[in-house]
Amino acid sequence: MKYKLEAKNINVFYGDKKALNNVNMGIVQNAVTALIGPSGCGKSTFLRLFNRMNDYIDSFRLEGDILIDNTNIYSKQILVDELRKNVGMVFQKPNPFPKSIFENVAYGLRIQGIKDKKFLAEKVQDALQQAALWDEVKDDLKKSALALSGGQQQRVCIARALAVEPSIILMDEPTSALDPIATTKVENLIAQLKKNYTIVIVTHNMQQASRISDNTAFFYMGDLIEFDTTNNIFTNPKEEKTENYITGRFG
Amino acid sequence: MNKSSNKYQGKINRFKDNAFKYLGISASLIGIFLLTIFIGNILIDGLSRIDLDFLTSLPSRKAEKAGILTAWSGSLWIITFTFIIAVPLGVCAGIYLQEYGKKNFLNTILEINISNLAGVPSIIYGLLGLEIFVRISKMGSSVLAGSFTLALLILPIIIVATREALKAVPPSIRTASYGLGATKWQTTWHQVLPAASGGILTGVILAISRAVGETAPLIVVGALAYVPFVPASPNDSFTVLPIQIFNWVSRPQHEFAINAAAAIIILLIITFAMNGIAVYYRNKWQKKINW
Repeated sequence: MKYKLEAKNINVFYGDKKALNNVNMGIVQNAVTALIGPSGCGKSTFLRLFNRMNDYIDSFRLEGDILIDNTNIYSKQILVDELRKNVGMVFQKPNPFPKSIFENVAYGLRIQGIKDKKFLAEKVQDALQQAALWDEVKDDLKKSALALSGGQQQRVCIARALAVEPSIILMDEPTSALDPIATTKVENLIAQLKKNYTIVIVTHNMQQASRISDNTAFFYMGDLIEFDTTNNIFTNPKEEKTENYITGRFG
Repeated sequence: MNKSSNKYQGKINRFKDNAFKYLGISASLIGIFLLTIFIGNILIDGLSRIDLDFLTSLPSRKAEKAGILTAWSGSLWIITFTFIIAVPLGVCAGIYLQEYGKKNFLNTILEINISNLAGVPSIIYGLLGLEIFVRISKMGSSVLAGSFTLALLILPIIIVATREALKAVPPSIRTASYGLGATKWQTTWHQVLPAASGGILTGVILAISRAVGETAPLIVVGALAYVPFVPASPNDSFTVLPIQIFNWVSRPQHEFAINAAAAIIILLIITFAMNGIAVYYRNKWQKKINW
């Protein structure tokens, strides 16, 4: 089987502390893969390996290979900014720039040097439509993104990531700061996006993982305990730890 | 603990609470009271002396003929050049230390020194300016030498203000920008700096308004009390408002004291206006950006 994303013999250290322990995992294209596990289990660290967001942590050290389309993204030839144009990210707390909605979505294209106004306008509209936000904001694109509700802000952040046309989207607990209605909207959106993108999502909410993901990985104390189809993980887990966690006996 | 001691304790706590409140109120009132008396006094003495002639006349030995044309134009020259020299240097240094500087020995030394420099008495800067700019660089007692000296003086203030403003920009903005493939410079230029610009501007204006009021370092550098012409180039000698005021105050005739009061009013108007602009921008910026 060919994988879009692949982690091979991954060990991650923060100083002396080991955060991930010999993790091997392959993630398939155009599917939603959920990473679950208790706080501090290493799932966010694992997610951030794929767009090299951990590089900013001084004590971070990685062993092993992370492959995207069979290319090691930690090799010296890889330019981090180019990598991140292919691997978008949505963060835990909505973090729009203190600029207009339009400028938020256009930013990723502008920093690539694109100035053509018509082209930008088309891309912004397209991204906002994909993020299911266009109808709500099309009349006030010039309004500050900070004036939107939390759920709308998060969809601006998703649109912003989509505008640079990545093939992979990483989501780090994208609904943890949202109310249930906004959460439903974002979840529906993820189901839509999976047709065109490969999505990896970290979530604390197990119902969410079971609702939206095709495959689920369970992390515990830096180990990848179990990785299988979401259906198997939630109905027929092979490991006792997985079963204890998904049934709410710990975590 | 029994009930009566509890009640007693509550009384003491409330008394302390009130006592502190009144202590705070009287402390602030004393400050405002003294300032009001001072400003009132100045206004009574000087207000009637201010007219167009006063602003457009050269200094003179006769008090009623003397004006502050050379003083305020000298101040303007000095402010302009101090701004041009100090702001780019200070803002760039602040950006480097806050955004690029790694925690290493060199940067730690730099940081400690900058904080220390902010506390160095201004006369020391004057001596430094006299040696480096007036003598070694052969600028003489010119507007340029004075501006460089004052620029050194306010550089630490601008650096510290820039760093504080950058620090106040939430890290999530940076990660969001990096996540879209922006480089460090793009992130700093397009996101962090605009978000911090209000804070930086406030710091810059406050620093400049401090420079407007500085006297000691300029006297050391060689600003003259009597300059019979308006500086026409940065190489000309100059005087500034505070020096003109000092000169008038130190004369025995009462008429000169009135001139001094009038010049003080002008100086106060300039500094208050600058502080007002700073406050305006800070509020505007806080309103626009609340994370």
